[in-house]
Amino acid sequence: MYTPAMALPPREFAPLRDEMAESTAIVVGTDLVQVSEVGKAMERFGERYLRRLFTEAELSYCLENVDIAPSRLAARFAAKEAALKVLRLTDQSFSWRSIEVARDPGGWCYLVLHGPMRVLADQAGFVAFSLSMSHEGAYAQAVVVGQRRQTHVDTVKTPAFIS
Amino acid sequence: MEMISDIRNILKEHGRLASDATTLADDADLYQAGMTSHASVNVMLALEAQFDVEFPDSMLKRGVFSSIATIREALETLTQGR
Repeated sequence: MYTPAMALPPREFAPLRDEMAESTAIVVGTDLVQVSEVGKAMERFGERYLRRLFTEAELSYCLENVDIAPSRLAARFAAKEAALKVLRLTDQSFSWRSIEVARDPGGWCYLVLHGPMRVLADQAGFVAFSLSMSHEGAYAQAVVVGQRRQTHVDTVKTPAFIS
Repeated sequence: MEMISDIRNILKEHGRLASDATTLADDADLYQAGMTSHASVNVMLALEAQFDVEFPDSMLKRGVFSSIATIREALETLTQGR
């Protein structure tokens, strides 16, 4: 009895170059801030310092406990700076308040980008960010990981060489 | 010259530079000289108090605070017409 060879998968199931162009890259940024520097800036510049850098929601949470306010604010500044490192802004202007550290009821924090900063992130191809912050004694630190779509040109370059 | 001297004094007090701000070249890179981004915020707030100006968000970019010369240029723009 004749048994037909197994059919090849339809062509539309084969990987297409456009699908390869959907791959993503990870970009990481980190920053370390001396807590005492934040305390000194709060004393020297007061409201001007706080309002320039932090949103209402950030201030509301961080200032609820005066003793640990400098540590919480230092961690948030580190998060903003780490995010700027991920976004790799060269000479674009920005507002520190356009990068906000938000808190969910479980205590986990995440980044929220506002206005032009969100547009810049979209234009650079970022689809997601992840944030981790920590403070202990004299220092506060943050790590931001951004997930960015690979550019079409970058991803088609390799298959083009192979063919 | 007075503006440059004020900028140098502010950098000395708030810039946390590894080099001496009073002898640094006008075009020397302040970030390379050890200024952190948090220190650059302190420098900006001290400049605002000293020169009675406010840096708008549109001027908040790394390049504006990258050297004594670029800071002077920004301050000249902000104090123009006084």
